[in-house]
Amino acid sequence: MASKTANQKTVAFADAPINQSLSAGDKIDLLRTMVRIRRFEQTSLKHYHNGSIGGFLHLYIGQESVAVGTISLLGDNDHVITAYRDHGHALAVGMGMDECMAELFGKATGCSKGKGGSMHYFAPDKNYWGGHGIVGGQAPLGAGLAFAVKYKGLEGCCLCYLGDGAINQGAYHESLNLASLWDLPVIYIIENNGYSMGTSQVRSSAYPKEGLAARAEGYNMAWDKIDGVSLYEIRAGVQKAVERAHKESRPSIIEILTYRHKGHSVADANAEKYRTKEEIQKYMNEHDPIEFWKSTLIAEGVITEDDYKEINKEAGAEADAAADFAIKSPYPEESEIFDHVYWEVDNNTAAGRTGRHFFHG
Amino acid sequence: MPREITYREALREGLDEELAYDDNVVIIGEEVAEYNGAYKVTEGLWKKWGDKRIIDAPISEAGFIGMGIGASMLGIRPVMELMFFSFAYVAFDQMMNNAAACRYMSGGLINVPIVVRGPANGGTNVGATHSHTPENIFANMPGLKVVTPSDAHDAKGLIKSAIRDNDPVYFMESTVLYGMTGLVPSNDELEDGELIVPIGKAKVKREGSDLTLIAHGRAVVTCLAAAEILAEKYKINAEVLDLRSIRPLDEEAIMTSVRKTHRAICVEENKPFCGVGAQISSMIMEQCFDDLDAPVLRITSADAPAFYSPPIEKLQLPNPEEIVERALSIC
Ligand SMILES: Cc1ncc(C[n+]2csc(CCOP(=O)(O)OP(=O)(O)O)c2C)c(N)n1
Ligand SMILES: [Mg+2]
Repeated sequence: MASKTANQKTVAFADAPINQSLSAGDKIDLLRTMVRIRRFEQTSLKHYHNGSIGGFLHLYIGQESVAVGTISLLGDNDHVITAYRDHGHALAVGMGMDECMAELFGKATGCSKGKGGSMHYFAPDKNYWGGHGIVGGQAPLGAGLAFAVKYKGLEGCCLCYLGDGAINQGAYHESLNLASLWDLPVIYIIENNGYSMGTSQVRSSAYPKEGLAARAEGYNMAWDKIDGVSLYEIRAGVQKAVERAHKESRPSIIEILTYRHKGHSVADANAEKYRTKEEIQKYMNEHDPIEFWKSTLIAEGVITEDDYKEINKEAGAEADAAADFAIKSPYPEESEIFDHVYWEVDNNTAAGRTGRHFFHG
Repeated sequence: MPREITYREALREGLDEELAYDDNVVIIGEEVAEYNGAYKVTEGLWKKWGDKRIIDAPISEAGFIGMGIGASMLGIRPVMELMFFSFAYVAFDQMMNNAAACRYMSGGLINVPIVVRGPANGGTNVGATHSHTPENIFANMPGLKVVTPSDAHDAKGLIKSAIRDNDPVYFMESTVLYGMTGLVPSNDELEDGELIVPIGKAKVKREGSDLTLIAHGRAVVTCLAAAEILAEKYKINAEVLDLRSIRPLDEEAIMTSVRKTHRAICVEENKPFCGVGAQISSMIMEQCFDDLDAPVLRITSADAPAFYSPPIEKLQLPNPEEIVERALSIC
């Protein structure tokens, strides 16, 4: 159960105009999206354990409010790019469970046709640009998406998510400098779950007492630090940054405090060694964004406990159906290995037909 | 009338024409705008096109090249200048992972129409850190294209193709070639009204019958000099094939020439290990084994970092005398 103090804090953020504008239906949709993400991942975990899913599986469980809250603020000219812990953002931008689940299973019907896997989801039609496996590697790309929006004269922005460990990569710092120097409408969202794999925040980062986002001061950039348990707080805080990007074409860094309930990836054998069981339990009890939002909505009289059960049930059924879809889908053909390497080859253009492009065999 | 212009001017003409051709073309790099380019390739372009199209970047190659890659995913056509291609290594993750693999990992949903260009050559006494020739390294990565023009004509025609290409193209020039002049047609004498050289097409720079010298970039110039010596002193008639593009590679032109001359030497300023010539000699061996009258030879830079001392660095790079000597060993 969410603590009382947190609930009091939430009331203040609930008054923000951006939250006042939410209808009961909107609030339920936000809940539904968070629950769908969780059920999707719980189902994927089951299939990971039975051997149907290979490689890494970085679960977002516990962090759902970050993707859902921030993405709920976006419009047609706003873009999203993130790291490998990308399932939540994918579902939040509106990708379907089927294509997301099938990608985990390595199937031809996956969002990336089985070529990307868990860490590399993409949906450009939904302004979703990945899904990136190299820690911090997406930071310059986020600046570039913002650059393109601005270059085209559109009022939009790019939300670029990264972890508390990723902020120590050089590419991130280069991106901050460029973003501020060139007035790029990019918002770096630090999803601070306290750990980069097994290394805690204090063991990996040097930072001022105000927190990780405060490094923004060095780049003459706006920043904020937000408690990620509450959708109201996330929406109220990040809205200011979106506004800043849209109206002033200025970048921001927003640190959102969150927690992952599971290990770094499913393969994290030490998930309960670098963090105590008590710590994990405390966050699950007091900082679970779904529980928190659910109790907020019940307190507001927007839903009942039964409504919640129904949402949960539907999401579970949807996830099971997605797994079914994935299981029944075919694997890609071997011949697809050489598709999607070169645009010009795929489109059989004159350039694609000129010279030898592949050198095997 | 064809004009005698420098490689540098030819590049600039190509860039200027593409800036006019497509509003989404934007040039970004260190000193490209107000300073007119460290090697003056972009001279005058900022004055003509202004701040939106020609942008001075801070010294931040991973940042601005990565940014260009991100922008290209949304349809911008960034032409990024590296002051030296050697500096690609600080942007390596962006250039090898993000540019090369985003299309593949998205199952074809994304493409990255970026050009990264700059000089990639040794021989100017700037030491090991500034003398890298990474064409083999980048050509190793599927998804990337590598282009290496050796003269003014191709510099112009290939930069235009590179900018219009919808895949990432790494365009490697040479500070030694920038000042060299060559004949470049003016647009009004061309049927299509502009000079386009397709990527992936080699060019026979000198016809010959006894031996094929296969080269790219400045090594082509070295081979042409060697071919003159071979003809004058030894009555050996060498063909010089300029690859122009490393990937895609004009395999047909290579094999056609080798089938005619029955002998081949791959000459490049790359290092030997897994150099461009290693790939090509393996392909010749597989496809032209019975046509060969001698083993395929390779001439590369000496297998050591670039030496600063001017007289010694000269010895590290392929030179006409070395080519002549090796040619005589198989002719
Ligand atoms: C360049 C690079 N180095 C190391 C890794 C391995 N790695 C993957 S995730 C990770 C931890 C990142 O932590 P953080 O940025 O806090 O994100 P989180 O996993 O907590 O979401 C590491 C070390 C990698 N993928 N890329
Ligand atoms: Mg973390």
